[in-house]
Amino acid sequence: MIVEATGLKKSYGATEVLTGVDLSVAEGSVLALLGPNGAGKTTTVRILTTLTRPDSGTATIAGYDVLREPARVRGVISLTGQFAAVDENQTGRENLVMVGRLMHLGRRTARRRTTELLEQFGLTDAMDRRVKTYSGGMRRKLDLAMSLIAHPQVIFLDEPTNGLDPASRSAMWDAIVELVRDGTTILLTTQYLEEADRLADRIVLLDQGRIVASGTADALKTQIGGERIELRFTDEVQLLKAAGVLSGVVDQLVLNVPSDGTAAHLHQVLDVLRDNGLTPERVSSHRPTLDDVFLALTA
Amino acid sequence: MSHQGVVAACSDAVTMIDRSVRLARRNVDTLFVSLLLPLLMMALFVYVFGGAINTGTEYVNYVVPGILLLTTGYGASSTAMVVADDMNSGMIDRLRSLPIHSFAVLTGHVVASVARNATSTAIVILASLAMGFRPEGGVVDWLAAIGLLLLYVVALSWLAAGLGVIAKSVESASTLSFFMLFLPYLSSAFVQPESMPSWLRPISEHQPITPVIETVRSLLIGTPMENNGRIALAWCCGLLLFSVVLATSLYRRRTNR
Repeated sequence: MIVEATGLKKSYGATEVLTGVDLSVAEGSVLALLGPNGAGKTTTVRILTTLTRPDSGTATIAGYDVLREPARVRGVISLTGQFAAVDENQTGRENLVMVGRLMHLGRRTARRRTTELLEQFGLTDAMDRRVKTYSGGMRRKLDLAMSLIAHPQVIFLDEPTNGLDPASRSAMWDAIVELVRDGTTILLTTQYLEEADRLADRIVLLDQGRIVASGTADALKTQIGGERIELRFTDEVQLLKAAGVLSGVVDQLVLNVPSDGTAAHLHQVLDVLRDNGLTPERVSSHRPTLDDVFLALTA
Repeated sequence: MSHQGVVAACSDAVTMIDRSVRLARRNVDTLFVSLLLPLLMMALFVYVFGGAINTGTEYVNYVVPGILLLTTGYGASSTAMVVADDMNSGMIDRLRSLPIHSFAVLTGHVVASVARNATSTAIVILASLAMGFRPEGGVVDWLAAIGLLLLYVVALSWLAAGLGVIAKSVESASTLSFFMLFLPYLSSAFVQPESMPSWLRPISEHQPITPVIETVRSLLIGTPMENNGRIALAWCCGLLLFSVVLATSLYRRRTNR
């Protein structure tokens, strides 16, 4: 495990922000920390990136202890925070070269990587403009590019698309997917279920400083169960008749039949309907969304 | 620290100095204010108040050393604001998550501050010559005066950096550094302490700015030096030591939460 954390606790005054968080991320995988505002996502990231000391608990990144070897940890990670960490009064190029130099790349390597990343993120045209003239999406891209300059082993993305318009968000997702393809390990935080569902191999659901669930998106959806077959009828007579022969919950003209999601069960349901001369207008299979999971587990 | 560590730390410091100087050059407002205000104050004192103040010498000669210290005060307080701005931006988290020595960030700001202050001080000196300032000091006196002012500016810049580190916002940095702007008025900068009420005189005579001003005065316009040179040096070195320790430990504390 390239990221390992055990029993992380952190309080600010009387407010417990983290109440014992365990995490592990496999090399080359993407973990999403999903949770509402104030769940402790940013605090977790700050601890793992050596910016905040936990009150108790331990964490290692690529084998380095975040408390005892912070400098080594900083050498293998990069952090892209919630607010674009860029110098407004430097140009995009100057920002990139500066971070490259601070990551102790040679002057020439820093310049070469800068050119590559400007190209990769479509910022070449804007590279000699001061960042204060950039749009929000461009800043985030520059921010991410700055994170990548020294090929970090683990990338931390704290709400990478927070506050972006849909087009910029989609561009950001593409950039992240690209990184994943290159085999970079990513730990990202998000409030958007769609984002976690789309980008992450594993999701950890955080609420009020503790982990309430974790697993793949599919596993989480299965965990709260509730897969069902929706049968929509055109009239109430048919609906009530169907409700008489199949156990389910009626919701307006829809009969929701609990299901295990197998084809055999769907067959069985359709057979029962046919044997009773019933023809629903529509049949659909419904799996819970991450929204359902989220609400069920954090409510 | 290993040899490689030292090289890396120096390289970090150079990169950060490069950054801070570039940002300072582009921050036209700050540059303008830290230059314009002292010039206006000098004009005000020389042409408006000066005629009514008796210092036993040509007033412009009396007041210029004080104006120079006032200039550094303005420069330093803008440094506190620049540092506070940095500390409260997302940038500081990025800088901290990089494998660099914490000293490098503040060093960058302090060097930029000294460079900005040196520029504005030089311009104020040129302007004062145009307003009739007629120093008598020779080359050695000038070098000594410039050296002392530089030492004072470095010390004050570190102090300002420390204030910037603890300030929660740019506004509070400006408030915290108010005393830097105010202290020169309670010194021998504009009037002789002898003319102050008896309760204020000791404050005026024993605060750090008065001996620095008196030393510069003595070097440039030939007033008696007495013990001022030594006292000024002691104040500057003490302030420098105190400020460096203060600023770096505050920085560590602020960035280790």
